[in-house]
Amino acid sequence: MKLKTKDNGWNPYFAGALVGLLAVFSAYATSVILGKTNYLGASTTFVRAAGYIVQFFSPEHVANNEYYLKEKVKIDWQFMLIIGIFIGSLISSLQDKSFKIEKVPPIWEKNFGSSVYKRAVAAFFGGILAMIGARMADGCPSGHGLSGNMQLSVSALMAIFIFFLFGILVANIFYREKEL
Amino acid sequence: MMTFEQFLGLITGILFGFLLQKGRVLRFDKQISALLFKDMTIIKFMISAILVGMVGIYFLKDLGVIKLNHKSMNVGGVIVGAALFGTGWAIMGFCPGTSVGALGEGRIHAFFAVIGMIAGAGIYAELYPFFKITVLSWLDFGRIGFPELLGLNHWIIIVLYWILGISIFIWFEKKGL
Repeated sequence: MKLKTKDNGWNPYFAGALVGLLAVFSAYATSVILGKTNYLGASTTFVRAAGYIVQFFSPEHVANNEYYLKEKVKIDWQFMLIIGIFIGSLISSLQDKSFKIEKVPPIWEKNFGSSVYKRAVAAFFGGILAMIGARMADGCPSGHGLSGNMQLSVSALMAIFIFFLFGILVANIFYREKEL
Repeated sequence: MMTFEQFLGLITGILFGFLLQKGRVLRFDKQISALLFKDMTIIKFMISAILVGMVGIYFLKDLGVIKLNHKSMNVGGVIVGAALFGTGWAIMGFCPGTSVGALGEGRIHAFFAVIGMIAGAGIYAELYPFFKITVLSWLDFGRIGFPELLGLNHWIIIVLYWILGISIFIWFEKKGL
C-alpha cells in the first residue's frame, strides 16, 4: 500500500484515520472547554446562513419562523468549522500545488459538455434538493455519515445506506459516459 | 471579536479541511467516481474515520468525559430525507461539508452548489411546519444506538463494525478500486 496516491494526495486510509482522531479530540475539547460535546457536522450551518440572508430583508419573518427558532440563527462552533474547512483546504492545496481553478469537472464535461452555465444550474438545483433532504434526515455525510456512525447511531447507518443507494442509482442514470 | 467557542470551531475546521483536501475527497470527480464504482477513495476515507472515531468516542464515553448525541431514528425523515439527499448529491457532486472545501481548492463551480444548498435550507425552513405534520410525524424511534437496540455491549458492536469495515477494505484492494 502506497503512502501517496497517484494525484500526490495522502493515502485515504491514513487521512481518514486522522479525521477519526480529529473527531475524537474535538469531542473531548468541546466537552472539557465548552461543557457540551460537539460532533463534526455541516448542514445546520446552511440553515443559519439562510436565516441571516432572510433576516437582512425581513427580521420579523425569521423571528417568527419555527425552524429558525429551533436551529437558532447564530455564528456558532459549527459555522466557524465550515469556514475553517474552506481555509484548511485552501492552505493544503496551495502547499502541495493541487489548487486548481476548475469551472467544469472532467466527468461532467465528458457527459454534458463544457458549458459553465449548465454545470452551475445543475449544482444549484442539486444543492436545493440535497439540502432539503439533509435537513429532513437531520444530517449529512458529516453529521450522520461520520459523527453518527462513530456513535453507533441507528439513524446514521440507515441514512448513509440510503444516501449511497440513491446516489448510486441517480449517478448511474445521470452520468452515462463513465470512462474519463 | 471571536468567542473561544468560535475559535475552537475554526481551528477544528481548518484541520478538518486540510485532511479532507489531502485525502483528495473534496472533488466532484472523486465523489461521483465512488457512486459509479470507479474509485472508492471517499468510502475508504469515511470508513477509516468512522472505525478510528468510534473507538475513541466510546472510550471517552466510558470514562464519563463526553456525552453521546444520537440523531433521532425518525423513519420518515431519515428515509425520505436521505433519498432526496442522495439524489441531489449525485447531481451536485458535493456534500455540504465538501462543497466549501472544494471551493477552497479552486473548484469554483462548488459556489453554485453552496448557494443552492443555502436556498434549499431556506425552503426547508418555510416548509418545516408542513413536514412536521407529515413525513416527520410517521414513526419515530427516538435517539437510539445499536448497543441499546440490540442489547449488546458497545465494544462487541465496535468489533463487528471493524470486521465489516476491514472486509470492505480487503474487497476494494482486491478489486483495485
